[in-house]
Amino acid sequence: MNLDFSPEDNAFRLEVRTFIAENYPRALREKQERDETLSKEDYLSWHRILAQKGWAVPSWPVELGGTGWTPTQKYIWSEEQARADTIGILPFGVSMLAPVLYTFGTEEQKQRFLPGVRDGLVWWCQGYSEPGSGSDLASLKTRAERVTGDDGKEYYIVNGQKTWTTLGQHADWGFFLVRTDPDAKPQSGISFLLIDMKTPGISVRRITTLEGGHEVNDVFLDNVKVPVENRIFHENQGWTCAKALLAHERSGIAGVARSKRGLERLRQMASTELSDAGGALIEDAFFRRKVAELEIDLTALEFTELRTLAGESSGKGPGPESSILKIKGTEIQQRLQELALEAAGHYGAPFLGDAGHNSGIGPNHALGLAGDYFNGRKTSIYGGSNEIQRNIISKMVLGL
Amino acid sequence: MDFSFTEEQSMLRDTVASYLADNYGFDQRRAALGREPFWRPDVWSAFADELGILGAAFPEALGGLGGGYTENMVVMEELGKALVVEPYLGTVVIGGGFLKHGAPAGAEEMIGQIIAGKAIFAFAYAEPQGRYNIRDLKTTARKDGAGYVLNGHKAVVVGAPYATHLVVTARTGGGQRDAGGVSVFIVPKSAKGVTTRDYPTVDGFRASEVYFENVVLGAEARVGGEGEALPLVEKVMDEAIAATCAEACGVLRRLQEGTVEYTKQRKQFGVPISSFQVLQHRMVDMFIQLEQSISMTYMATIRLSDSDAERAKAASAAKVQIGKACKFVGQNAVQLHGGMGVTDEMAIGHYFKRATMIEGLFGSTDHHLARYEALSLGAAA
Repeated sequence: MNLDFSPEDNAFRLEVRTFIAENYPRALREKQERDETLSKEDYLSWHRILAQKGWAVPSWPVELGGTGWTPTQKYIWSEEQARADTIGILPFGVSMLAPVLYTFGTEEQKQRFLPGVRDGLVWWCQGYSEPGSGSDLASLKTRAERVTGDDGKEYYIVNGQKTWTTLGQHADWGFFLVRTDPDAKPQSGISFLLIDMKTPGISVRRITTLEGGHEVNDVFLDNVKVPVENRIFHENQGWTCAKALLAHERSGIAGVARSKRGLERLRQMASTELSDAGGALIEDAFFRRKVAELEIDLTALEFTELRTLAGESSGKGPGPESSILKIKGTEIQQRLQELALEAAGHYGAPFLGDAGHNSGIGPNHALGLAGDYFNGRKTSIYGGSNEIQRNIISKMVLGL
Repeated sequence: MDFSFTEEQSMLRDTVASYLADNYGFDQRRAALGREPFWRPDVWSAFADELGILGAAFPEALGGLGGGYTENMVVMEELGKALVVEPYLGTVVIGGGFLKHGAPAGAEEMIGQIIAGKAIFAFAYAEPQGRYNIRDLKTTARKDGAGYVLNGHKAVVVGAPYATHLVVTARTGGGQRDAGGVSVFIVPKSAKGVTTRDYPTVDGFRASEVYFENVVLGAEARVGGEGEALPLVEKVMDEAIAATCAEACGVLRRLQEGTVEYTKQRKQFGVPISSFQVLQHRMVDMFIQLEQSISMTYMATIRLSDSDAERAKAASAAKVQIGKACKFVGQNAVQLHGGMGVTDEMAIGHYFKRATMIEGLFGSTDHHLARYEALSLGAAA
């Protein structure tokens, strides 16, 4: 047991750090600093730069574009990204759809869809949840009926409604869970379909979240015609894909490196904000205790993640233990948001939107903190709520 | 970075685990703790001779197996699983730690005696007035010619009833709570002027109030510099904390697993109570606390080799996590066992008692939070 970084690891860290410093788009950086809403192009610009370098999809199999990095290198990679406050690569294509594609897809499907995901050319969205199917995902009702088209080819006609589709307003394609056998048991009649979002019959409607942002959407499907070759894996066996995807979704969800960076910001902020007594807030007995406890909690999570990564490198995929990472990771993210808002004091209240930066109303560091806090409540709900994660551990790990 | 164990470390774990499974059952333990001499010298001899584990963490040149912190961690976790009271912590981790780092005259010979199971150590650091402040010392070692004369009262010295030697902190200078002026001595328990009042502790261990009255010590009894031993004490204490965290992981694992097993068997309303979601989620939270505790124990153990500040921060962070986990997992294990959890006849309550004592061992959760804060966030207002 040791935590030593080899000379190769240190060289790698330097290479990553230099690359980010030299290549991260300046315009994007400035927008982030001003806490402005990012456009589709903003999101994709960094992805495309990484794709050129060959670093957009580190975790994929090497033959498909993965980097073959060791767990230590992946750890360094996430640390350096967080350190430089880069935006994350959107997970929908790269870490949610792709593992399903390269695990269950045909050769043809892989060749058709994976390069666009890898290179940041196609924006994917997720069509899982429905108004009546949240935690009980397998109860989903969106119906796909198989028909033969006028051209003699086989199609699915899809009807239904998906919801909570994150950044679906930008999506070119979506991966959807649909019911292909209404008579089977809930988990047995589901198929996994890839749908072009430009197909007639699809409409996307904005859902405005608490902080006023446009992040999630309803997606309506009205007689949407989908070629049968867009189905991944067997008909009625899409649940297998869905479960595999959720395990991958959870493992990246801990966000340790980002939370470490968030903690650093919180400490900075609390050393300039003043306490009631007039000293720095970070010297206030009550506030510093909360910061210390959070820091310790995060250290524990970091080592739990490192242990999980070490397990993965010895051949075990992300197992049900990744539910711990999801639960603790999101609890810590939320706690950070809570303390940051608390630290801002009065200036947590102004609602200034994109015009807030250097507006003279409060310090820049207080911008968007309330929004982050309100928006952040989603983290313990999405990706399988934290209560569902407890059900998973209970069943799969404790055998209850 | 590497979180794997060597083949030797895995063998060490298996050796200890299988010996304890055969020789240290709950009933055997309870019977032994209820009669003189209130511990099991036969087990200690087996550790030394049959298993050879007392040397696992000492250098080969001194007759050990060449291991270190990880070996202590592995052994302590297994000892925790069986609620072993025999003094590995006091002797190998603490006594051995002072002998290795302080390297007093005769250290090599004394380490040989530890490995052979002949020398047994207890750590006499706490005093009635000092709470968890290790430098709050009224015990004095007055210079007398080349040697010292020791006077004072040490509180709740765990393992002292079985010990041959005491590691004693005492003032050779400075005021009662000063950092300077702290010295460490190794005192044979048989020395003239040492008296003890022995008693059981609530978790089945034994401890003593130890009184020193004009105990005459030679210069060679001192470990580390005169009046400059506080950093040494802190280092060994952090090593003891990491080892205690490992013991706690063993205790917590038994609490968590035992609770899962019990709720699967216990039926109410016609079904096993493990089918109730409210209990399932409680047990998941216990499991998460256990996993986070294991993570922190690895972290603290690895960081024992870091700089003083990093080591101290890591040890305190781990102790905070372990302290919270001991309370949460322990209390809920009892709760989920219902009435059976508060009886003396089930093992679960005994694990709970040990977990509770570990919470306060070498400093409470609050103590270590404050220490961590000072190290990580700087001085408070």
